[in-house]
Amino acid sequence: MKILVCVKQVPDTETRIKIGSDKKSIDATDINWILNPYDEYAVEEAIQIKEKQGDTIVTVISVGPERSVSALRTAVAMGADEAILVKTDDDAYLDSLAVAKALVSVIKELEFDLILCGKQAVDDDNLQVGPMVAELLELPCVTFIADLKLENGKATAKREIEGGTMVIETSLPAVLTAEKGLNEPRYPALRGIMMAKRKPIDERQLQYIEPKIDVVSVEYPPTRKGGKIVGEGAEAVPELVKLLKEEAKVI
Amino acid sequence: MSLNFDLPEEAVMIRDSVRDFAENVIRPKAKELDDQEKFSPEITKQMGELGLFGFCIPEELGGNGCKYLSYMVAVEELARVDGSQAATVAAHNSLGIGPIYFFGNDEQKQKYLPQLCTGEKLWGFGLTESEAGSDAGGTKTKAEKQNNDWIINGSKIFITNASSDACLGVTVQAITGSRADGKKEYTCFLVEQGTPGFEAKTMHEKMMWRASITSELFFENCRVPDANLLGKKGEGFHQMLDTLDRGRLSIAAMGLGCAQGAYELALKYAKERKQFGKPISTFQANAFKLADMATEIEAARYLLYRAAWLCDQGRNEYKKLSSMAKLYCSEVAHRCVDHAVQIHGGYGLMKEYDIERFYRDQRLLEIGEGTSEILRLVISRQIGCYEK
Ligand SMILES: Cc1cc2nc3c(=O)[nH]c(=O)nc-3n(C[C@H](O)[C@H](O)[C@H](O)COP(=O)(O)OP(=O)(O)OC[C@H]3O[C@@H](n4cnc5c(N)ncnc54)[C@H](O)[C@@H]3O)c2cc1C
Repeated sequence: MKILVCVKQVPDTETRIKIGSDKKSIDATDINWILNPYDEYAVEEAIQIKEKQGDTIVTVISVGPERSVSALRTAVAMGADEAILVKTDDDAYLDSLAVAKALVSVIKELEFDLILCGKQAVDDDNLQVGPMVAELLELPCVTFIADLKLENGKATAKREIEGGTMVIETSLPAVLTAEKGLNEPRYPALRGIMMAKRKPIDERQLQYIEPKIDVVSVEYPPTRKGGKIVGEGAEAVPELVKLLKEEAKVI
Repeated sequence: MSLNFDLPEEAVMIRDSVRDFAENVIRPKAKELDDQEKFSPEITKQMGELGLFGFCIPEELGGNGCKYLSYMVAVEELARVDGSQAATVAAHNSLGIGPIYFFGNDEQKQKYLPQLCTGEKLWGFGLTESEAGSDAGGTKTKAEKQNNDWIINGSKIFITNASSDACLGVTVQAITGSRADGKKEYTCFLVEQGTPGFEAKTMHEKMMWRASITSELFFENCRVPDANLLGKKGEGFHQMLDTLDRGRLSIAAMGLGCAQGAYELALKYAKERKQFGKPISTFQANAFKLADMATEIEAARYLLYRAAWLCDQGRNEYKKLSSMAKLYCSEVAHRCVDHAVQIHGGYGLMKEYDIERFYRDQRLLEIGEGTSEILRLVISRQIGCYEK
C-alpha cells in the first residue's frame, strides 16, 4: 500500500507570537518550529497501518520554506519512508488553494492508495487544505476522523459529531483528515532520528501560484478588561442579569 | 569563520523528542515516585524504547551512535523535569555501559551491550567504598587469583543502578596486588547479579533521587572467571579516571537541566503570584534573581556544550573542561534552586510544589562523581597551581 501524508511546519503552540512589522504576518524570529500537531496524528496513523499490514510505503509531503525540512525529518524519524519538500520562498504568502495546488502537482506524479492530512494547521486554522486536495483530485474526502479501519479496499472512519459518533465508509483512494484522539503519536526515537539524518529529502522548487485571497491585517486579541463586581448574594442577581443583557450582550 | 553556536540538527531533534517525553510521561509521575521512593521499571522501559540508553554506542552493538553533545542535551532535558530519571539515564550510559564499551573485549561487549542498550537491564559502576570516597585510592576491596578464577572480597556503597531485578550486574574495582613502584594495583571486574558470594542491597531513606536506585554491594569469596576481567590486569585506576572524566559531563548536564527547570518554575510562579497588588516578578529583588539565574544558565550551557564538543572531536582538553563544567553547572544549579525556593516563599517548602523536589535533588550534584572540593583540586592541578 502507498500512503501519502501532507504535513506543515508550524510554530510551537507554546511560542509567544509576535506580529511582524508589516502587520500582516507573524515575526519568525525566536520561533520554535514543530510538525503541526494534527499532522502528527496523520503520520502516526500511516505508520501504524504500515506496521500492521507491512509492505507499505509512507511518503510525507510538505509545501513550505527551506526550514520545513525539519518537520519532514521529524515525520521520517517517527517512521515515514520518504519525504518531499515543495520549496517556497521564505516570505511567500500562499493561501490554502495555492498550497493544495502545489501539493496536487506533486501527488499527481505519485502512486497512492490513501492520503492523510491533519484536520487543520494550528497556525492559520483554515481547515481547507485537505478538502481542497480531495476536490482537485476528485477524490472522496472524510474530515475530522477519530478512528480508521482499512478492509477490502475500503476505509471505515469514525467522526465525533455534536452529541454522537458518525461512521463513514469510503472507497479508496480517498483523502482523510485527522482529528485529535485518532491515535497516540509516538515520540521520535533516537534510532529513527539518526536514520532520518541520513535520508535524503526530495526538494523541488514551487512553481509560483498566485494567491486568490490576501491577508489584510493580523491583530492581537483584545486584552481582557478587569471584571466588575455588581453586588453580593441574591440581591445582585437582577442587576447582573440586566448588565449581561444590555452591556455585555451575552444573554 | 567556523565558530557556530547552533546545535546540530541531530541534537535539536533529540531535544524536542526528549522534552515532549519528559513533559508528558515523566512530569505527571515524578512527584508520586519521589514520595514513595519508588524506581519505575515502566518509565525505564519507555526511556529504553526512546533510545536513551546506549547513546554513543554503535548501532551494531544495539546503541544509537549519537554524538556526546546529543547525549548531554537529552540528560539536560530529563533533569529539567526530574533528577531521578536523569540519574538513571546518566549513570547507566556513563558508568554502566561506558566502561564495558570502552574497555571490554568483543565477547564482553556482545554479551552485555545489546541488552543494556535497550534498557531491559541496568549496570552499575562500583568504585566508592565506606572508607574510600573522595580518596578512591583508599579502596579495600580485593581480588585474588585462584587458578583461572578471581576471588573478590569487600564492599561498595552508594552505587547507582546496581540492585533489584532491574540490574544485570556491576563493574567493580578491586586491588589485585602492587605495582613495580610499590603502589597498589587496581583491576576492574564484571560481576553478574546472582553470582554466589555477591549481594546487592537497595539503599533507602535518601533525601534526593528518590526514584533512582542506589545500592550497597557485598562480596564474600565471590568467584568470577578470568573472562570477567575488564581490559587488562592493573588498568583499573586508569579506567576509573577515564570513566569519571566522561561521567562528569553527564552530571554537569544534570546540573544544567536542574537549573533550567528551577528557573522556569520560578519565572512562571513569580509572574502568577501577586502581592501588594502586583505580580512578584515585578519587584526588583525577584526580577534580579531571575536575571542572574538566566545569565548563569546561559554561561553554564556553553561551558558544558563546549566540553562535550571537544569530547566529540576526540580532543583531550575536554578533560579539564569536563571538571569545570561539572563544578560550574552543579553550583549554578545550587544558586538557581535556592533563588527559586525563595521566590516561591512558603509554598516552595511544600511538597505540593515541584521546586521542593528540585531543591533536594540538586544537592547530590555537588557531591557525586567528585565533590566540588575535589573538582577544585583537580582543576587547580590541571592549571598548574602546584607546579614549582
Ligand atoms: C546518590 C548517590 C549515587 C552515587 N553513585 C555512585 C556510583 O554509581 N558509583 C560510585 O562509585 N560512587 C557513587 N556515589 C559516591 C560518590 O561519588 C561519593 O559520595 C563521593 O565521591 C564523595 O565521597 P564521600 O561521600 O565518601 O565523601 P568524603 O570523601 O568523605 O568527603 C566528605 C567531605 O570532605 C571533603 N573532602 C574530602 N577530601 C578532601 C580533600 N582532599 N580536600 C578538600 N576537601 C575534601 C569532601 O569534598 C566532602 O565535602 C554516589 C553517591 C550518592 C550519594
